[in-house]
Amino acid sequence: MADALENDQPLLVADSLSKSFGRIAACRDVSFSLYSGEVLAIVGESGSGKSTLLQLLSGQLAASGGHVSYRMRDGVTRDLATLGEAERRFLFRTDWGFVHQDPAQGLRMAVSAGANVGERLMAVGWNHYGRIRDTASDWLTRVEIDTARIDDAPRTYSGGMRQRLQIARNLVTEPRLVFMDEPTGGLDVSVQARLLDLLRSLVAELNLAVIIVTHDLAVARLLSHRVMVMKGGRVIETGLTDQVLDDPREPYTQLLVSSILPA
Amino acid sequence: MTAMIDIADAKKTFTMHLQGGIELPVVSGVTFHVNPGECVVLSGPSGAGKSSILKMIFGNYRCDSGRIGIRHRDTLIDLATAEPRQVLNVRRATIGYVSQFLRAVPRVATIDVVAEPLIVNGMARADAQARAGELLHRLNIPERLWQLPPATFSGGEQQRVNIARGFISDLPILLLDEPTASLDAANRAVVVALVAEKKRQGVAMVAIVHDDEIRHLIADRIVDVTSFAAAA
Repeated sequence: MADALENDQPLLVADSLSKSFGRIAACRDVSFSLYSGEVLAIVGESGSGKSTLLQLLSGQLAASGGHVSYRMRDGVTRDLATLGEAERRFLFRTDWGFVHQDPAQGLRMAVSAGANVGERLMAVGWNHYGRIRDTASDWLTRVEIDTARIDDAPRTYSGGMRQRLQIARNLVTEPRLVFMDEPTGGLDVSVQARLLDLLRSLVAELNLAVIIVTHDLAVARLLSHRVMVMKGGRVIETGLTDQVLDDPREPYTQLLVSSILPA
Repeated sequence: MTAMIDIADAKKTFTMHLQGGIELPVVSGVTFHVNPGECVVLSGPSGAGKSSILKMIFGNYRCDSGRIGIRHRDTLIDLATAEPRQVLNVRRATIGYVSQFLRAVPRVATIDVVAEPLIVNGMARADAQARAGELLHRLNIPERLWQLPPATFSGGEQQRVNIARGFISDLPILLLDEPTASLDAANRAVVVALVAEKKRQGVAMVAIVHDDEIRHLIADRIVDVTSFAAAA
């Protein structure tokens, strides 16, 4: 981790990103750099533009203005808009992960847990059944799923297990960047705590860069190094997570921070 | 001698937007330095801004103006203007902070809470845990508690876990916010001994201590914070 945080080449750079839907500006002029091993939280309430921004950054939505560039595994930094469809898909299958709020969006609910994880490996060319199964089983253990459940489909899993399976499926190809959209959103508080703790240790262990969208400031505090606060499609405040949460400057950030109910 | 901390004319004001934008001046004209091996104790009544100054040195509170000079790996970095990544690097390699309360992560065992700063800096888990165990021993946390998360511990036990976590690293700067507040006499003496060891290792420290006896035992110099009271 020490070296990664001091690496001077950003992994991903957003430059003046904007997106309009008709007359509505969902995202205005967002710029930042993300480095390896760095966890960036995007916070703000519903409709603030944070999910649109996540889709722009992960190349799922074309920007109306601005650029996203990414340093590929070969060290060459590319503008995402110039990647072909096949290259973009390859990036998604290998070097990126995307953890959805609803696990059903990120998993195939009717096939076994083992196949859900193994599929990502087959997509990058693994073809030895035994090795795929061993690796899948390894990952189930790492996300604290009993390997006796490897042949069960995720629709038989609880919400927390599904979310952990989705994480295993994403991390098995050893991505360098993972996007997360409210990963603890639909879960009970006790299940959330376990998931957060798991995410926190995996992120540190694998030196992942993460861009996480959340409306929950406690999630941002526990997982992220930096936060960006969004309102009305703009980034209104940004900085070190504990700085922004303990010493918020903007009226809206102060409102967000003061709205947390004490536990 | 080259100072480890060199603060010049630092100023902090809170603007409370939810209370009609009133300005709450905290401190201004904060100027002092701390040399290696020296413990500076901040004094002044509650509300004078002692904790705010500590948080400014840690980069937790932002400054309106002035300089928070920190010697980090032989270069001088101004934390008042540093990038978030630089502040994180300074915290990992240079500044440790022992807050009054432990911010416990659910499910993490006490021994790992204490060992974590060493592991983050690249020490092998087993070695880090061995050092964590030594410190927990000194601070009288019984071994049967080490594998439990500290969330359920008493206030005094949590604070000792926090102290162990804060003192475990070999960082050249250490900030102490009431490290002995809820400790009994035996454990206060352990903290005084730990501070003395850090001084011998050349660590520069800034502390807030309300207990006169402890202050007398650890302070090399006292900086009176009331002189930095911001004009309202």
